[in-house]
Amino acid sequence: MSMTKPMPDALEIQEINFESVKRKQRVKSFTKGMLFLLPSIVLFGVFLFYPLFKTMYLSFFLTNARGETTVFVGLQNYIEMFTSPIFHQSMKSTFLFVLYTVPTTIIIALLLAVLANEKLKGIGFFRTIFSSTMGISVAAASVFWLYMFHPSIGFLNRILNLIGLESIGWLTDPNWALIAVAVTTIWMNLGFTFLVLLGGLQSIDSYLYESADIDGAGYFYKLRRITIPMLSPTLFFVITVTIINAFQTFGQIDILTQGGPQNTTNLIVYSIYREAFSNYQFGTASAQAIVLFIIILVMTIIQFKLGERKVHYQ
Amino acid sequence: MTMPISKKILFYFLLSIAALVVFAPALMAFVMSFMENKDIMTGTIPQSLSFDNYLKAFEQFPLLKYLFNSLVVSIVITIGQLVLSSLAAYAFVFLEFKGRDMLFFLFIATMMVPFEASIIPNFHIIRDLNWIDQYPGLTVPFFATAFGTFLLRQNFKQIPKELREASQIVGMGDFKFYLKVVLPVAKTSLVTLGAYGFLTSWNMYLWPLLSTTNDTVRTVQIGLKQLQTQEQLNDWGVIMSGAIIVIIPTLILLFLGQKQLQKGLTEGAIK
Repeated sequence: MSMTKPMPDALEIQEINFESVKRKQRVKSFTKGMLFLLPSIVLFGVFLFYPLFKTMYLSFFLTNARGETTVFVGLQNYIEMFTSPIFHQSMKSTFLFVLYTVPTTIIIALLLAVLANEKLKGIGFFRTIFSSTMGISVAAASVFWLYMFHPSIGFLNRILNLIGLESIGWLTDPNWALIAVAVTTIWMNLGFTFLVLLGGLQSIDSYLYESADIDGAGYFYKLRRITIPMLSPTLFFVITVTIINAFQTFGQIDILTQGGPQNTTNLIVYSIYREAFSNYQFGTASAQAIVLFIIILVMTIIQFKLGERKVHYQ
Repeated sequence: MTMPISKKILFYFLLSIAALVVFAPALMAFVMSFMENKDIMTGTIPQSLSFDNYLKAFEQFPLLKYLFNSLVVSIVITIGQLVLSSLAAYAFVFLEFKGRDMLFFLFIATMMVPFEASIIPNFHIIRDLNWIDQYPGLTVPFFATAFGTFLLRQNFKQIPKELREASQIVGMGDFKFYLKVVLPVAKTSLVTLGAYGFLTSWNMYLWPLLSTTNDTVRTVQIGLKQLQTQEQLNDWGVIMSGAIIVIIPTLILLFLGQKQLQKGLTEGAIK
């Protein structure tokens, strides 16, 4: 073929063939790509994107007990929600809960990770213990802590009595209930946070520590100047994940307090659950769900934006 | 690395204290599950330990049924996630086609939608499909995961492109290449994702609470809630034995796969 000079019209024919082959190829590769992705796309569509838009839609309506829309009310559900003292309490509790749990979880998990990052004999045992709460379900963890907080036979009140202090109604006193739920949550999240932070610590180049040793740097100097800065991408990831998790808290509340006392532990997901599945107010529940969605959306976008910037740190 | 003995002792001391505090709630529950109720109530050191609470828990509650249901649900979700996310990850790494980047963005977007925010329509969908109290209702909504897809995508990227070119030359199609080359090479990542998927499915709470109304497919987590609400104020030993049974499978999985999970989660974290 390359021996002879191609005739002008032969060249044209070749070109046309080329184009159609290319197009066919493109259609073929598109179909193939879609075949591989279709199962995920269909399920995301049915169980994620459609329900999300349906939630937005529902939030503008009143519904019957089966969840079918009855009356279009516009923004009424949102107005009612934002003026309701119960929802105010729920938002206040939710943000307080985030404030109680996130910093504490990360600080404790970081301390544990720094301890468990030492090269000592038998360190694997301690690592296993510290990460163990990751394998404990929310139901089991809540039952464990239900005992710890028990007013008369609970471990915490027994200790208090032992040192001569009065018992605390951990789960029944409005001043303590949210803290009690927060303690349970911190304990539960410790395992996961520890494991991720330990992974971050282990990926720090040991060369950095060696050169610091040569310069005679002390333990805390190294911690402050090498460990924490090098860990910042991991820390950042852990912070956002813990915040998002805190906003999604449900199981602990359902087992420990059912939103009480006086709605002090009625966190947003529990509030949605109660509004939808005990009060059958799907419209107002959907409005609350949209608020939750926007909070998580903002958190995730912040994570992506700042996370991108932090990557070159490494 | 050499460490002075005094420093070593200090570290072991701190580690032990921390381990004791972290593990205390679980340890107490474990001990209580073997104790007689009157000893728990009075807080005395038990004279004898027995399996009575476990026997009672299995007698009074369909715990075996719950455990079986949880096992089925977790295995089905794990397999579903592995299949769907490995297929999707393959498309994102090896196939080039129009709209791929747009679809990739769609996958990222799914991470911004918390399941809890779309739970009301989801419940209605399951109800309208007659999937309440059915295994599909408990499992199918969780098959597609962006996290799993990204984790496997990271791993598939390390497979040299030349391998695919070579396979194409010998006439191996994409699906065969995916089955025969990619999946075996990415075995460890698949195991990690599988362990993680099993762990999270076994521990699911809100969705099984909504989508089961009786014992036929009820999972063990909701069973534990039932046991707790019905036994409260009566028999803490039985409740605790139930809780211990619930956590044993996941704890074993965690102990076996701790290193793997840690690597996988960190990869997912730093992406």
